[in-house]
Amino acid sequence: MRNYLNIIIAYSIMLLLIILVGIFQSWSIALTIFNYCMISAVMTLGANIQWGYAGLINFGIMGYTALGGLAVVLVSVAPVPEAWSEGGVNMMTCLGIIILMIFSTRYILKNIQKSNRRNYLVAGIIIVGLILIKIIAGPAIEQIEAVDPAKTGFLGGLGLPVLFSWIVGGLFAAGLAFIVGKVALGLRADYLAIATLLIAEIVVSIIKHEDWLARGVKNVIGLKRPAPYEIDLQTSPWFINLVEKFHSAKLDLANSLSERQDILNQLVIDASSVYVKLCFAGMFLVVVIILLIITQKALYSPWGRMMRAIRDNEEAASAMGKNVVKQHLFIFILGSAIVGIAGAMMVTNDGLFTPGSYRPMRYTFVIWVMVIVGGTGNNFGAILGGFVVWFLWVEAAPIALFFINLFTAHLPETNEIKIHLINSAPYFRFLLVGIGLLLIMRFRPQGIIPEKIIKQ
Amino acid sequence: MDLINAVVVLLNYTIIPALTYGSQLALGAIFVTLIYGILRFANFATGDMMSFGTMFAVLLTYYFQSIGINFGFLPTALLTIPFAIFMMILYMLIIDQTVFKYYRIKKSPPVMLAMVSVGVMFVTQAIIRIIIGPTDRRFLDGEKFILKATEFKEMTGLAEGLTIKSTQMITIVVTIIVVAIMFWFLNKTKTGTSMRAYSDNEDLALLSGIDPKKVVLITWIIAGILATIGGILYGLDKSYRPFVYFNNMLPIFAAAIVGGIGNPYGAFFGGYVIAFAEIFLTYAYKRFLVYILPESLEPNSLMQLLSTDYKFAISFSILVIVLIFRPSGIFEGKRI
Repeated sequence: MRNYLNIIIAYSIMLLLIILVGIFQSWSIALTIFNYCMISAVMTLGANIQWGYAGLINFGIMGYTALGGLAVVLVSVAPVPEAWSEGGVNMMTCLGIIILMIFSTRYILKNIQKSNRRNYLVAGIIIVGLILIKIIAGPAIEQIEAVDPAKTGFLGGLGLPVLFSWIVGGLFAAGLAFIVGKVALGLRADYLAIATLLIAEIVVSIIKHEDWLARGVKNVIGLKRPAPYEIDLQTSPWFINLVEKFHSAKLDLANSLSERQDILNQLVIDASSVYVKLCFAGMFLVVVIILLIITQKALYSPWGRMMRAIRDNEEAASAMGKNVVKQHLFIFILGSAIVGIAGAMMVTNDGLFTPGSYRPMRYTFVIWVMVIVGGTGNNFGAILGGFVVWFLWVEAAPIALFFINLFTAHLPETNEIKIHLINSAPYFRFLLVGIGLLLIMRFRPQGIIPEKIIKQ
Repeated sequence: MDLINAVVVLLNYTIIPALTYGSQLALGAIFVTLIYGILRFANFATGDMMSFGTMFAVLLTYYFQSIGINFGFLPTALLTIPFAIFMMILYMLIIDQTVFKYYRIKKSPPVMLAMVSVGVMFVTQAIIRIIIGPTDRRFLDGEKFILKATEFKEMTGLAEGLTIKSTQMITIVVTIIVVAIMFWFLNKTKTGTSMRAYSDNEDLALLSGIDPKKVVLITWIIAGILATIGGILYGLDKSYRPFVYFNNMLPIFAAAIVGGIGNPYGAFFGGYVIAFAEIFLTYAYKRFLVYILPESLEPNSLMQLLSTDYKFAISFSILVIVLIFRPSGIFEGKRI
């Protein structure tokens, strides 16, 4: 028990902070923060597997998050039949060509010895393939994008339940990680960081500009939801009754029947949004707990010990007969898949897919701050990091505003510096997170909850 | 005649813009490569440091304009360069003393320093946004064009016009001057040689009595000059917006690595490689081909290899290809 004391204390403080937000701001805001904390925690778990277990630096978290989001669109949105009949065949042919290209390249690489001839053959296949794709896909894309561009203009998805997309999101991210891992994992740590950062940018720019895939920057809105909709709740009698029972004391204070009805309506509207968020919170909690159990088990399994051995001394592990390259690739895929799941969860929570919003600042660097602050190599630390940093990221503006008002209280309302500072309150989040990271790196480089190695 | 027209089209829409953009990238890439070669870490605060220097140039330009100082037909911002560089170097030295020095003395692994630079990136970004805000700002004044399309057409009687913006000319000229001085400094002066020695082999350099403090100081000073001038030139040519500067870090990294990180000549060259690749691959060649092909072969489509949306993606793809086939860059990397 004493081993876990600091973890319990840290988590209780965190929960207390969120409850304080609930009391002082509103429960709806508190739950939104809680849900995002949970999503961040999943991302951090993924990044922590790569960095904490294996020492692999992945600055491409944004790309995997975006792919997870794309999975939600491709799985849950209803298909657009007109678009499919216009250009479906051509797009499928292109997919076939790409698969053919991959397999023929693989075949050549395996069966022909390293020579100039092989290089020319591979280059030839790629160039011919790209030209074919351009010729076949060009007109099809135009046709697809012309189908009711204000509403659809894309192929749509499969129309499956949205929860299924969380798994698909993980698979998409794993697929990308496989390619990236094959290409870049041999690089030195800082090169790997830059390469993954840039590959993620490529992925996001493809999602942004291929409108036939997921509408690009035109965004997909009104995605399916695994939780009930607020509007439905507000009209269903059982929910209204529930709210009535819950707030009976408050309602009894009302003077007249119409006033009582007004208060009840307001309460039902508030309660419905809280209820929906609670549903999401429950689902996210299940995901976090499952992942936590799996990652904890993995960390203390022979496999986890091997990963740590590889991280701490690659040569020694390799001399002991461990396949370092294969294990690195495996863990890279595993961590990225978890990040992909988090991306899908986030888009499901928002109910909309906005490729334009994927920026490295928010989706790569902030997640990395979470990993470092929470504690590298410790799953409890990773989750805590997700909570703490996200909480700071969201609450920085109100906190900054409070302090600005405190320190400039003696200045008149029209003072230019005061107005300027108040207007720039939202940017204090960068300052807070940055200084937090620098302080942790300096004075507690192992993070809030450091890695613990249980000796057996 | 058609051939000259074709050349003019190419010059106007690809070569001159690519040279300009390449110069801006090259300055940034040399900055990255110097830090990497001597201080031995990938500086993720690159874009924001450039932005920081430019911010002072913008603010001072506004101040100079308000008190009526200008630089004739040249942009006022050029006058502010020394002040901006001074502020930039001051900021860099403060950051170095408070943040980077500790890890340097402790001999932390480069990844650790890169992570610390992410923290610096956050802080710098916050300071910039708190001081100047995130909005788009133009601070170019003076003469806009050196050569206007209509003037060129009148002069030469060609069907195609050639436009040279003053910012393009300034960028190219200033870059050449700055880079020439820097290479002279690195190769011919004693301090420059000691920097190169320090970069090649730290222990050996220390043994032969090179003062590491001085090397680090000089590195930050050169870095500050490069970052500020690169940032100001980019801001004059396009516009100043903190977010864009952060994003520019990515092609700059690409340029530095493509050229061979740690090698300033490589970085200089890499900047142009990236810029030319971006512009040549996204340019619509229709107008060019109309002039050089016989009428029967005239293209119907735009003859564009990739849409301009993929501008960034191209530089990154080049980087990935270089990393796979020649991880040390086109020139041999890790030397100064």
